[in-house]
Amino acid sequence: MNFNLFYNFGRYMIMMRSAFSKPEKLSMYWKETLRQMDDIGVGSLIVVALISIFIGAVTALQFAYQLDGTLVPRYYIGYIVRDLAIIESAPTITCLVLAGKVGSNMAAEIGGMRQKEHIDAMEIMGVNTTAYLILPRLIAAIVVIPLLVTLSAYIAIIGGYIATVPVGDLTSEEYVRGLRSFFVPFNIVMMYVKAATFAFILTSVSCFQGYYVSNGSIELGKASTNAVVYSNILILLADYLIVLLLTG
Amino acid sequence: MIRAENIFKSFDEAEVLKGISMTFEQGKNNLIIGRSGAGKTVLLKILVGLFEPTAGNVWYDKRDFFALDKKAKRAIRMEVGMLFQGSALFDSLTVEENVMFPLDMFTNWTKKEKLDRVNYCLERVELVGANDKYPSETSGGMQKRVGIARAIVLQPKYLFCDEPNSGLDPKTALLIDELIQSITVENNITTIINTHDMNSVMGIGDNIALLHLGKLVWTGNKDEVLESDNELLQKFIFASPFLQRLRDAAIQHG
Repeated sequence: MNFNLFYNFGRYMIMMRSAFSKPEKLSMYWKETLRQMDDIGVGSLIVVALISIFIGAVTALQFAYQLDGTLVPRYYIGYIVRDLAIIESAPTITCLVLAGKVGSNMAAEIGGMRQKEHIDAMEIMGVNTTAYLILPRLIAAIVVIPLLVTLSAYIAIIGGYIATVPVGDLTSEEYVRGLRSFFVPFNIVMMYVKAATFAFILTSVSCFQGYYVSNGSIELGKASTNAVVYSNILILLADYLIVLLLTG
Repeated sequence: MIRAENIFKSFDEAEVLKGISMTFEQGKNNLIIGRSGAGKTVLLKILVGLFEPTAGNVWYDKRDFFALDKKAKRAIRMEVGMLFQGSALFDSLTVEENVMFPLDMFTNWTKKEKLDRVNYCLERVELVGANDKYPSETSGGMQKRVGIARAIVLQPKYLFCDEPNSGLDPKTALLIDELIQSITVENNITTIINTHDMNSVMGIGDNIALLHLGKLVWTGNKDEVLESDNELLQKFIFASPFLQRLRDAAIQHG
């Protein structure tokens, strides 16, 4: 078990070093990066929006319920929804969901290419397959996922508004006042650090799982599942470490 | 010319290749035949550089492939074309884009130059007008031909074919054989074909090597196949009842 862990970590490091080699043809890598940006970004917009609106709504309702009858001012609900969205729910939950959607898709796509000998075909042509298959995905994810996280934070805040203001839990002015209170700009930095780190984790782990898949549909399924499970665990671990480092 | 020199290959405890030495001549179809599990695919993957041998060398003319650095290996790979058993066409690309992929990746040609070369290759494999089709919209035979077009688009010096006729009807299989034969002769390239198709053996086998349980047990050409008294070769060639009956009939009629 321990040997396996070190073996896989070693293979992961070798793969990543090779992935950062000089591209054979920049234009081909750029084309692939744009395709991946479209896949990751546009392909995930609806799911991210849906999740974010409910997270914002649930957060607002939950805190409205918790603060009911206390001396804490009602406008704090807006403040809590905003900070929770920026610091935690937008980067972490969005990336956990993207690990399931984008990560499993990457592992299955690259794994399928391995099994159908597409990777061998590229190798024989002289293509550095780790670079061609992984680098564009990494760049695309690191650019697009922070944008999705930004959108998620906005939508979560809107979700909180929709869930509380129209039903009379608090007024529009109170919610907006909460949004404008106690704003710490550094939280935005933390959000982007998290988003970029999680994007790197979910992409590299998923590509690793797909790249080294062995033959058979069962193995492909396992690789896809492992991509999600390991990405999620590492994202949560990284979340803890980032918070520890940036707030300590 | 490619030369394999005392190739051994093991996977964990299992020794798959046991000291294979052979030469694959330029301008000829060099066939590797043998039963499933004989080690043909492993040998082909070693020759093409996808697997590293446990021991032994592979020479591309005067270059010892496994002793070269990464850059030099990549330079050799630019001289190699390969047709895979399952064609290995990229699903998300059209026929034209598949064939153009090596040109896009490794040349600085203009779009027109690339298109001209792609169209020439598609014409060569009799697939004119199939440019915009996706692999999923083509038959197995067409996919093999697209695979050949992609393999020859960079004008390789060495062509590898892994079971080029598997899954094809006899007529299409013959067409693929004829294509490989003519491409080999016209371009004077070293072609290595991994097959257990008897029509290929008798049709285009300039040099034939029989592998059995990881060992080279017979070499010769298509004319020597029927005359050989090698028991393993005869068992392999005449494995099917149909061919056995043909052989018996031929013997009866002198």
